[in-house]
Amino acid sequence: MLEELIGQLRYRVVSALRKPRSDVPLLCGLLALMGVGLVTLYSASDFDRGMVVAQAMRFALGLFLMLMIARVPPLTLRNWTPWLYAGSVLLLVAVAVLGEGRGAHRWLDLGVVRFQPSELLKLTMPMMVAWYLNGRPLPPGWITLACVGVLIVIPVGLIAEQPDLGTALLIAASGVFGVFLSGLAWWRIGLLLGAFAAAIPVGWHFLHDYQRNRVLTLLDPEADPLGNGWHIIQSQIAVGSGGLWGKGYHHGTQSRLEFLPEHTTDFIFSVFAEEWGLVGVLLLLALYAFIIARCLWIAANAKDTYARLLSGSISMALFVYVVVNGGMITGLLPVVGVPLPLVSYGGTSAVSLLAGFGVLMSIHAHRKFVLA
Amino acid sequence: MKPLKDTRQEASLFRRRALAGFAIILACLIGLGTRFAYLEISRHDEFALRSDSNRIVTRPLAPGRGLIYDRNGVLLADNVAAFRLEVTPEQVKNMDKMLSALRDVVPLSDDDIARFNALRRGKHSYQGVPLRLKLSEEEIARFAVNRWAFPGVDVVPYLTRQYPLGQEFAHVVGYVGRIDENDLTRLDKGDYAGTTHVGKTGIERFYEDKLHGEPGYEKIEVNVDHRPIGEPLGRVAPKPGANVYLTIDAHLQEAAEAAFEGRAGAALVVDPRNGEVLAMVSVPSFDPNPFVNGIANADYQLLLNDPDKPLLNRALRGAYTPGSTMKPFMALGGLELGLRKPEDTVLSVGEFHIPGQSRGYRDDKRGGHGRVDMVQAIAQSVNTYFYSLAYDMGINRLSTFMAKLGFGKPTGIDLVGESAGVLPSEEWKRGRFNQPFYPGETVIAGIGQGYWVVTPLQLVQAVSIIADQGVSHPLHLLRSVQSAIDSKPEAIAPPAAKPNILKNPASWQVVQKGMIEVVNTGTAHGLNDKFPYQIAGKTGTAERFSRTTEEWTSISDSPIERHQVLFEAFAPADDARIAIAVALEAGRSGAHDAAPIARKILDAWLPGDQEREAARANDTASVAEAPPAAGRR
Repeated sequence: MLEELIGQLRYRVVSALRKPRSDVPLLCGLLALMGVGLVTLYSASDFDRGMVVAQAMRFALGLFLMLMIARVPPLTLRNWTPWLYAGSVLLLVAVAVLGEGRGAHRWLDLGVVRFQPSELLKLTMPMMVAWYLNGRPLPPGWITLACVGVLIVIPVGLIAEQPDLGTALLIAASGVFGVFLSGLAWWRIGLLLGAFAAAIPVGWHFLHDYQRNRVLTLLDPEADPLGNGWHIIQSQIAVGSGGLWGKGYHHGTQSRLEFLPEHTTDFIFSVFAEEWGLVGVLLLLALYAFIIARCLWIAANAKDTYARLLSGSISMALFVYVVVNGGMITGLLPVVGVPLPLVSYGGTSAVSLLAGFGVLMSIHAHRKFVLA
Repeated sequence: MKPLKDTRQEASLFRRRALAGFAIILACLIGLGTRFAYLEISRHDEFALRSDSNRIVTRPLAPGRGLIYDRNGVLLADNVAAFRLEVTPEQVKNMDKMLSALRDVVPLSDDDIARFNALRRGKHSYQGVPLRLKLSEEEIARFAVNRWAFPGVDVVPYLTRQYPLGQEFAHVVGYVGRIDENDLTRLDKGDYAGTTHVGKTGIERFYEDKLHGEPGYEKIEVNVDHRPIGEPLGRVAPKPGANVYLTIDAHLQEAAEAAFEGRAGAALVVDPRNGEVLAMVSVPSFDPNPFVNGIANADYQLLLNDPDKPLLNRALRGAYTPGSTMKPFMALGGLELGLRKPEDTVLSVGEFHIPGQSRGYRDDKRGGHGRVDMVQAIAQSVNTYFYSLAYDMGINRLSTFMAKLGFGKPTGIDLVGESAGVLPSEEWKRGRFNQPFYPGETVIAGIGQGYWVVTPLQLVQAVSIIADQGVSHPLHLLRSVQSAIDSKPEAIAPPAAKPNILKNPASWQVVQKGMIEVVNTGTAHGLNDKFPYQIAGKTGTAERFSRTTEEWTSISDSPIERHQVLFEAFAPADDARIAIAVALEAGRSGAHDAAPIARKILDAWLPGDQEREAARANDTASVAEAPPAAGRR
């Protein structure tokens, strides 16, 4: 029995690697992005090879996972969706009860690995929303909307409670994009946005002090230049001092002399902007735009509503990462812990992102079997 | 009822939505790109500047302090290499434990620890903080053996101020000390960045601007903890302070100090021809060296509470009743004002009475000196003569004339903290007591008693004016300045002489004769024995305490301590090259105690006299090219 299982697993792995089901342009884009990430990390870590190798290992693991998921037919994914969603929400509850982590309960220790269940939601949330909407007449009405709202709010509330506002925001966005792509009428969108704007003062009330500080700091970082304003100010100095062409590779003084905090993780984009200048930044943004466009193209060609909504919301969530991270380092948005996809140092986010691309590749690979 | 799903319509709806979504994404990405462009292009200059000011720190380089020499090049203030114990806090795991362990190896006072902790607060933890200054060789050796047990503690070389002649010059040269908050308010921050010490007293304080020099700086790249990274990016060397040569003759100073044999008092030796101060002694003195790096509080209290007040600069601030030393000046005033002719005589019968008053003002000789003229009155110090002169002169004319000799105001010597003394006058008394000046007070002012207070500096100034026949050369201590190691010391032109205060040169000769008679036949007779030049002088003996007070009664058994005694002199009497004032706080009489000190100073001065005259001739030749110094009469 066990041998049979292992044999089957080996067959799948071997065939996944021999005949990979993947989209070549998307894969090229991702590889380019990972290359940029590793090169920038090498400089930002002050030539720390250990860090670069560790990150490359994570990329390898993520790519392997991506190719494996790419072999799973969308139909199978669809059938598993409710169970996967329920499982990941349960894990979130477990974290709320037994979790650990500095200041915030985000991590679950499984003995061998520690991981953040919230990362799972980055996939299971759009899957669940797509699954649910797939079974409803579209464009959705208020009832459908309310149900989707509940599906989104439960896990997002749990994550925001950890507290991890950045991740909660990303996951909520991936759900909301599903609804948007399902064709929700514009007037309903307008009404919802209005209601959201009206709820902002109420939401302010529920924020933690440190979160409020971050927002206030954004409005006037110079009020506390050595405390709350430090991140924003130093990051803007890094970006602004880069100029058009940048200071050159490993010549970014802000990161090398450690004025820039977290310059390998959340603020790695500042390092990139400092060393490569505006030209580098625009090229990097263009690369992201290309990847997102390719993902949306895959989504548009998917065979059924589930696959379309799932792939569409995954690709749009990627854009949220980029804009929120970019907005943060340039002082447009408050400091929230959102990494720059596939560039920031850190394992969980890279692996979960690549798993998401795995889903996209699976949808891409299985499109022709259905479409007439 | 469940409505049917229209997959085809859903697909096209999705395509439209995906397109709209992509448009929004593109708009956001463009917005983000615009933000980057705004920061990296429009505000690039601003942020580039801030990035540089983040990383580049200008570190000041302190200049070496100028040295201080006497007129012959004897070193009075030196910079010497010393070793200190420095602690780098970030390398010390448990500071308290380390310090208590270190105390067993190198003695550390509580003051050291307190100062260390205060210094530590203002520094980054990777910067060394001095813990103990001036380690002895034994301490260095002991620490070297135990150094393995003290990571983060190092022996570091540095330059420190040292006064090789110690207490002998403490009151002239003064000392430097650590810059404190008081100093910070008067010092330029830029000039003193990196400098730890500043002149606190004496020449060190007065010529701080010459001695200090100009700081240099180096630019270094630092990280966020201000830790320097790599080599300096640029360097401007500091310009060391100028070396300063004083008018003081160390040899004479030493002899003058020795002549006091430890008795409290002050002596000043001046060249009356130019106002150069050759010696300035205040006894007792103190060792200035411990003050440089912070004297231990216990030692400071000891100095502060010493009844002999070693910290008091008696030459500058000593308050003495001048007594009979004023008589030559009174006589000069009488002649100048036309109140007396040299041959006018006064009958001294032991007591003087103001007409119409019964109170008697006594002579120091019972029964009086008989009939005396001016020269005899000076020589024998006949009080009655000067009572009557003062009475005739009146307080206004008396104080006006004495002011011309510099009494009642600081001499303006190049030292800080000089006191003005008291010149009795109507104005002064009204201001001080809101009372008129009574005739009896005028009478005793005529013999240098009553309200009179003079500093030894004022006294020597007046004597030197007499010695130079009425010309006043402002007293000064700075002779020349060497602004760079390889340049020659440049003579400083002495301050301009003031116009002659005498209208009639003949009156000077009478006073000179009187002062010569003082040492030949008068109160200080015998003082001129075996001295090649004629000395002119005058004794002064003032009661320390009023005869009615307890202090007087308590010391009446030991007459040697009954008086403040003074002596003033100049020599050679005809063409004076030296003027002296000596003040002793306790003694039997001016002649008995103060005059011998003056003679010892003269004896010490004599061997160098010819040498000095030769050097002076040279100086005059070289100064001739420079702008003319204020000439003599």
